[in-house]
Amino acid sequence: MSKYAFFILAFLSVFSALMVVFSRKPVHSVLYTIFCFFTIAGHYILLNAQFLAAVHVIVYSGAIMVLFLYVIMMLNLNAEGEPHKSGIIKTAAVISGGLFLLVMVSVLKSADGLEVAASGDNQIGMVKSLGMVLYREYMLPFEVSALLFLTAMIGATMIGKKELNS
Amino acid sequence: MNNSILDIVHINNYLYLSLILFAIGVLGVLFRRNTIIIFMCIELMLNAVNLLLVAFSTMHSDPGGQVMVFFIMAVAAAEVAVGLAILVMIFRNFGGVDINLLNRLKW
Repeated sequence: MSKYAFFILAFLSVFSALMVVFSRKPVHSVLYTIFCFFTIAGHYILLNAQFLAAVHVIVYSGAIMVLFLYVIMMLNLNAEGEPHKSGIIKTAAVISGGLFLLVMVSVLKSADGLEVAASGDNQIGMVKSLGMVLYREYMLPFEVSALLFLTAMIGATMIGKKELNS
Repeated sequence: MNNSILDIVHINNYLYLSLILFAIGVLGVLFRRNTIIIFMCIELMLNAVNLLLVAFSTMHSDPGGQVMVFFIMAVAAAEVAVGLAILVMIFRNFGGVDINLLNRLKW
């Protein structure tokens, strides 16, 4: 049962990721990305990471992709007539992407030590255990990420505002 | 009940899935000219790595990997805010989001 769920979800992820790259309109790409993120959230649930699945749906599908949609809407970028790259660059892109995949797969083929250990605790993805680890061992990175958000907010506002004098 | 999905689906399958997703992201960055789609492909690559981190975290029963994914999501959110601001600036200064408009550093 779980096996079929995994393979169906994996197929849907790869399909929607391919459609992100190959669909013509940017809005369709955004919608396929949202779908891809939902399938990845499904993978998280299969892996017993329920908290991360919820955060993933909220942050990625709820916040980040809505930002993308807003930018496309405000800049009115949904034109279909994107001039495509020349054939030789497309071929080079496909070849280099495929070579990357080939190299990584061949590295994996020769890797060992990937035997699954006897699976212990399946409660590690719950809010309780993650909160314990986050607020004890990773307290300083947590605070630093708050600082990062402040910087990002100020930076986005500074970059995005219009020049007043010119 | 103590069995995880990794007893049924081997970790190799997760490795291959993340690799394929990452390769699709690389392909999209090289293939498209629209800056927004290039940006979305970068998000796709981040997610491929996140998926692998969660898989290994479940494999080793170690919550540290999932905390790392949490931080990656936070950094990705900050990155998207700044990146989209830059994108709006590109649109305002160059009148489009085609990546070929940004050729000042090309030799």
